[in-house]
Amino acid sequence: MLLIAPFVICYLVVFAYPVYKMFAMSFTDAPLIGEGEWVGLDNYIRMFQNKLFYTSVYNTLYFVVLTVVPNTLIGLGIAMMIVRLNGWVQASILILFFMPYILPVTVVTQIWQWVLDQQFGIAQPLIEAVVGKRVSVFRDPFWAMPMVAVVTIWWTNGFNVLLFVSALRNIPRDYYEAASLDGATRLQQFRRITWPLLWPVTALVLTLQLIMQLKIFDQIYLMTQGGPFNSTYVLLQLVYREAFGRNQGGYASAVAVALFVIIVAVSILQYQLLKARGK
Amino acid sequence: MGRVSSGNILLLVFTLIAACAWAFPLYWAIVTSLKPEAEVVGSLSLWPQTVDLSSYIFALFETNLVRWYVNSIGTSVLITAIVIVISMMCGYALSQIVFPGRRMLFLVVLASFMVPSQALVVSQFVLMHKFGMINTWGGIILPQVIIPVVVIVYKQFFDSVPRELREAAKLDGCGEFQILFKLYLPLNWGITTALSIITFIMAWNNFLWPFLVTTSEEMMTVTVGITQVGDSFGVQYARDMAVAVMAAMPVAVAYLIFQRRVTQAIMLSSGIKG
Repeated sequence: MLLIAPFVICYLVVFAYPVYKMFAMSFTDAPLIGEGEWVGLDNYIRMFQNKLFYTSVYNTLYFVVLTVVPNTLIGLGIAMMIVRLNGWVQASILILFFMPYILPVTVVTQIWQWVLDQQFGIAQPLIEAVVGKRVSVFRDPFWAMPMVAVVTIWWTNGFNVLLFVSALRNIPRDYYEAASLDGATRLQQFRRITWPLLWPVTALVLTLQLIMQLKIFDQIYLMTQGGPFNSTYVLLQLVYREAFGRNQGGYASAVAVALFVIIVAVSILQYQLLKARGK
Repeated sequence: MGRVSSGNILLLVFTLIAACAWAFPLYWAIVTSLKPEAEVVGSLSLWPQTVDLSSYIFALFETNLVRWYVNSIGTSVLITAIVIVISMMCGYALSQIVFPGRRMLFLVVLASFMVPSQALVVSQFVLMHKFGMINTWGGIILPQVIIPVVVIVYKQFFDSVPRELREAAKLDGCGEFQILFKLYLPLNWGITTALSIITFIMAWNNFLWPFLVTTSEEMMTVTVGITQVGDSFGVQYARDMAVAVMAAMPVAVAYLIFQRRVTQAIMLSSGIKG
């Protein structure tokens, strides 16, 4: 019993209790610190009448669309290039692609703010070549979210590459040899062998991405603060602003509950999908 | 054969170019940090014309960087130690000991995978305030010590240790703690290293929670603190990049040294055998 006690106690105090407390607070008008009165569903009603709530839901979903599938496909593409190399060349190229993933988010955002700086950023000539002028990407409502997505993909793609590389290595070479003896082209090999055999990992990557990107906050807060004109305002930021900016603990908890419910629902869906595929 | 190998060379060249492009922002950050401020905005040369370390000297002596390092190292090491010890003990109990509620505990830990810790920050903040732990190491550390996946990974590894070893140790009169620390832990050093490194990197990189719970610059971790440099001294890119490079250094070095372990830990915690 002594073996499980430390974990169970920590779990109850810093994990289970906050979950309960989040739900409990969402039914009160509590400030961040201090007690509040029971107000029933008022916070939820307010949430569903709040335009900013819908903006954040929309932007969160927009971000998910911009990142989840592209990040998975790019990861797969890079992994397919990497597995065809050997030895130390392969290892060092994998490091180059994976390195960003282990960096702190603030380092990532600082680097990209410099790379994309309107005046001196080294990426600006590239942007100029495409759209004809320099763009202050994080102050432009059209560019801000896609650029946050680009930075996020750069940052997190290494994880996907790693998963795909190991999955690709597990596909027996004989399959490809047999296929090419039968005269199958590269494309056919990919469609008939690689893609189907890889599907469980692809599904895993997609759902892990989905859950991770729904929780977007750090990059947005550090690069755009939700602006310009709320064009990058996301759910977790609403929680942050209501709780820590406007001292509305109860209301912030209600929004947190919404995020919680969305993510748990997605996770259950993921579990069901994976289970269905396992059978 | 000739066609295949020339195709391979083409692929290699293409992959190399892609990899260099991908890593270019990292290279650019390092190069920028080594340039004098005037050269940074003066030219886009890919190599510093004069190597200038004044940005690093500034970062070390004029900002709170050293203080943030101490906070980051201290909290990350403690988080790692606590996570590993409590999760290992719990994983061992789940794997080897029959006790009432075992299945229930296992399911609860599994279900916790789904809980987004980001949604809990408000109530965790309230809790830490009750404990009087706002702006302390304790406040930074406590909410980060529960990582359910570590428990599950340990359970799986302990499941595969041969039963006979445990029986023999029991006959020799060893208690459960002795069996765990003298037998099961040494047999699983590899996975313990892997999990420790990844936990350390995660703790070091965590932004949201330390950002919320620290209220003064002296208590910040490196990851949070470096955003302050631009805020209080104005944006100067050579300086910002020097600070960023130093903030990233410990995790980057840890990754380069323990690459295989990091990879293994990432695979294991995503549910793929490493």
